[in-house]
Amino acid sequence: MLLSIGNHSVAIVVAIVFLTPFVFILATALMTRHQALTGSFWPHPFQWHNFIKVFDLVPFATYARNTVVYSVLATVGTVVSSIPVAYALSRMSWRGRQVAFLLVLATLALPSQVTIVPLYIIFVRIHWIGSLKPLILPTFFGDAFTIFLLRQFFMTIPEELSEAARVDGASELQILTRVIVPLAKPAIMAVALFQFLYSWNDFFGPLVFANTHTWTLAVGLAEFSQVIHRSVLWNIQMAASILFMLPVIILFFMAQRAFMEGVTLTGIKG
Amino acid sequence: MSIAEAKEVARTRTSRSKRRRLTTSRLAVLLFMAPWIIGFLAFIAYPMLSSLYFSFTKFNLLQTPQWVGLFNYRFMFAHDPNFWLAVRNTLWIIGLGIPIQIVFAIATAVVLTRVKRGAGGYRTMFFLPTMVPTVAAALGFLFLLDPAGPIDTILRFLHLPQPLWFASAQWSKPSLVGLGLWGVGNTMIIFLAALLDVPKQLYEAADIEGASSWQKFRNITLPMISPVIFFSVIIGVIDGFQYFTEAFVVSGGDLNLGQPQGSLLFYSTWLYQQGFQYTNMGYASALAWLLFVVVMICTVILIRTSDRWVFYQGGFR
Repeated sequence: MLLSIGNHSVAIVVAIVFLTPFVFILATALMTRHQALTGSFWPHPFQWHNFIKVFDLVPFATYARNTVVYSVLATVGTVVSSIPVAYALSRMSWRGRQVAFLLVLATLALPSQVTIVPLYIIFVRIHWIGSLKPLILPTFFGDAFTIFLLRQFFMTIPEELSEAARVDGASELQILTRVIVPLAKPAIMAVALFQFLYSWNDFFGPLVFANTHTWTLAVGLAEFSQVIHRSVLWNIQMAASILFMLPVIILFFMAQRAFMEGVTLTGIKG
Repeated sequence: MSIAEAKEVARTRTSRSKRRRLTTSRLAVLLFMAPWIIGFLAFIAYPMLSSLYFSFTKFNLLQTPQWVGLFNYRFMFAHDPNFWLAVRNTLWIIGLGIPIQIVFAIATAVVLTRVKRGAGGYRTMFFLPTMVPTVAAALGFLFLLDPAGPIDTILRFLHLPQPLWFASAQWSKPSLVGLGLWGVGNTMIIFLAALLDVPKQLYEAADIEGASSWQKFRNITLPMISPVIFFSVIIGVIDGFQYFTEAFVVSGGDLNLGQPQGSLLFYSTWLYQQGFQYTNMGYASALAWLLFVVVMICTVILIRTSDRWVFYQGGFR
């Protein structure tokens, strides 16, 4: 009993440490510009319209639209293009499959810094710099991390299910869309979420390829903080940061439940 | 029909069609693999080869690349003080930041295994900061550690020294480590899974022998999770060489990269400056290729040792 109370108090202290920054950021987002510079902890008065002022002081709506366009299209592209590749690497037998899989693994950790210079040169030549196209197009050609995770999941689906469909005369495409994809929904949801978060947070890509009109929130807010000398408008900066993180945090709370349900519903374990 | 029933039906049918499963038609394989093949050639193989070529040239995007042999690589190692500064700063983050991060991740994961009721709630709270986009987290910490921010206000109240944090060359990197600890969630979750995987019987046996908590942690837990520690270190090295966004934001953006006093000039920062601020595409390509070699060495180590840290449910073929 005593031990349990001790364990809980440690956990509560750690939780407070993790959550305190949120409290300070939110409190500051609600302060007046002047109060945010005084080191006070509690907003007085509560200035809720800071969250509206963000849209006047920063091209927030434009950045948000660009972020949504990039994140949604990149997620669709990655999922649609990676599923068949993961299928070929797990549920089709062919010579060279192991080599192909090793190549995918090798590219898994490839930093974007390594390929960005020549890609930049290509996109300069075709006049795509300044648009989101250099960020979105490559996602339609498979992503190593997504392929890897989906392949791992596809491997756990019993081979007998494919065999049964094959005996019934189903083509590989039909097996993929009617047998594998329905069973792999939780895994597909998971990789979609990972890609969405990656694009939402991506900084290096939009920094190099986009321009002031196509900046996403990540780049836009970072640049905004240097244009207006940062300490002048802490309240607006914090309000903007909260608006930027809010969709992702809401998604996290929604998806956390969906994942748990998905895992318990399928219950397939090879 | 349940999955179990379907398996049963399938099993009786497969015996008839054993021969068909051996190889899939080449055309089908090619069609399914097509997205990755095209992507690999266009966005990885071609860029890699052309950047290898550019790394032996002087190239500013306006004129045609001019062959200079090994000049870029010689310049990098022998004449570029900023290269070595960037390598030192990066190794600082890797050598100090990663061990601290891993110890902290294990500690928070252990805390989660100790609470029986409400563990899910604590896990959500510990993980929440990891969901905050890097730029938002960095901006938040810029405020938290500002002279007018809450941390220095508390320190002032306690009559403790108030460092300039991100604005001082001495404290800028430790402050970034603090920012990294706030977003420790991913590493924590990996360690949590590893801790829960340790067989209970081992602890029970140790209890009978009268082992202390520390002895159990030192002699059972640590060895059992050591593969995951190894995995985290390698991933940390790979990530360390890409360390960019946090430093970019807290330095104050494009015009102040690496500030204060070069203390936040990291490998990727220097690569970005060379390539996209000074348009030294040849030199940036050489930096990129060195990065590639380092990352590949790490990846090969990871794949070679994968049987020690990856557990496949369906069996690995």
